[in-house]
Amino acid sequence: MKIAILGTGCSKCKQTVEVVRQAVLQAGVDVSIDKVEDIQEIMRFKVMRTPAVAIDDKVMISGRVPTIAEVKSLLVQA
Amino acid sequence: MSDCCGKGPASAGETLTATIRSGAKETARSLGTGLLALGIWWLVYLGLDPFAKWVTFSLLTIPPGSLLASAVGFFVFEAPKVLMLLTLVVFAVGIVRSFFTPERARRILAGKRESAGNILAALLGIVTPFCSCSAVPLFIGFVTSGVPLGVTFSFLISAPMVNEIALVLLYGLFGWKIAAIYAGTGLWIAMVSGWVIGRLGMEKHVEAWVYAASDDGNGGEGEVRPTWRERVDYGLDAVRDIVGKVWPYVLAGIAVGAAIHGYVPENFMAGIMGASAWWSVPLAVLIGIPMYSNAAGIIPVVQALLGKGAALGTVLAFMMSVIGLSLPEMIILRKVLKVRLIAAFTGVVGSGILIVGYLFNALL
Repeated sequence: MKIAILGTGCSKCKQTVEVVRQAVLQAGVDVSIDKVEDIQEIMRFKVMRTPAVAIDDKVMISGRVPTIAEVKSLLVQA
Repeated sequence: MSDCCGKGPASAGETLTATIRSGAKETARSLGTGLLALGIWWLVYLGLDPFAKWVTFSLLTIPPGSLLASAVGFFVFEAPKVLMLLTLVVFAVGIVRSFFTPERARRILAGKRESAGNILAALLGIVTPFCSCSAVPLFIGFVTSGVPLGVTFSFLISAPMVNEIALVLLYGLFGWKIAAIYAGTGLWIAMVSGWVIGRLGMEKHVEAWVYAASDDGNGGEGEVRPTWRERVDYGLDAVRDIVGKVWPYVLAGIAVGAAIHGYVPENFMAGIMGASAWWSVPLAVLIGIPMYSNAAGIIPVVQALLGKGAALGTVLAFMMSVIGLSLPEMIILRKVLKVRLIAAFTGVVGSGILIVGYLFNALL
């Protein structure tokens, strides 16, 4: 499983990276976390709001910082 | 406009995990709590004036009629008043915004003709949550799904410039007329500038890769209809996020206002920024462009300028230029727009601001 965090580097994007790291750590799952900062790359995901989180190329969250619990439940479902 | 990009509590997501167990009973209870809160808000609001008088004259025993009494009374009354207004309006706007997403704005605007589209886009710009760090994805999402370029610009101009924080602060400190003038002229600039940019036919000055990234309009987070409980949480989050961030600016603005109220002679600025100095409006716009601040941050400056006798048109032009035209935003937009389109955007919006500035200097 791979997680992509989309954002051009604003502070909410950094918060999102932190939240996802924590969630992955707590869930104890084996995933790769990829920070996507290039705008052309981000647009491949067709999001209109950043920060966004995509799991296996599917956008699950966009336009806000998720909570750790929320990301964990997404990880379990995926 | 940069409010959303700042450091904020990571609380927005809690709303989703708060599961959907709200029955009719809970809805009724939330409604009751809301009405009660509103009632208390209103009672406190009504009590502010006597409270300010009590603090000034009884608690601090400042003699009535003195300059100090006037300054202290102003601050003790205005500071809680404006903060309370801000809280209520930010909460209400938060609820309204939970009904609008950029994806929804795009669906409404896609395929709309210009003119009608420009008007609609400027209005949607007020109610749709927008953040300048999302300007680029939003721009691409719009133009690639068939929203005309000029209509997209109307949205991008109105979204940061006409916002609830600016309006509440203007209302609280200068009265509803100035707030209404700001909202009306801001919308007018967004509509007309977008329309003009559409007429200029500048589609070829959008970076080529943008149109290559064609969009079927189905991207992004799957849309779930939020429950009322989640909308209220969204409003509360907005209050925590926005009021928690802007209150120091608001207090600074009111403190400046209080000092002016008591001490600084009026017409101090009249010579430089009064209505008679014709060059003051373009100067205000030019100074405003490199400055980058949100609506709350600029209010203390506006307060100081107006209080010292600067003309209203000049100050409006300055405020709009700071909030609506900013260098950092242009740099962000440079990723999708060629320099000539950015120049056209700045020129058209700047001209609109100039017209507004001159108009109000002439009228008032």
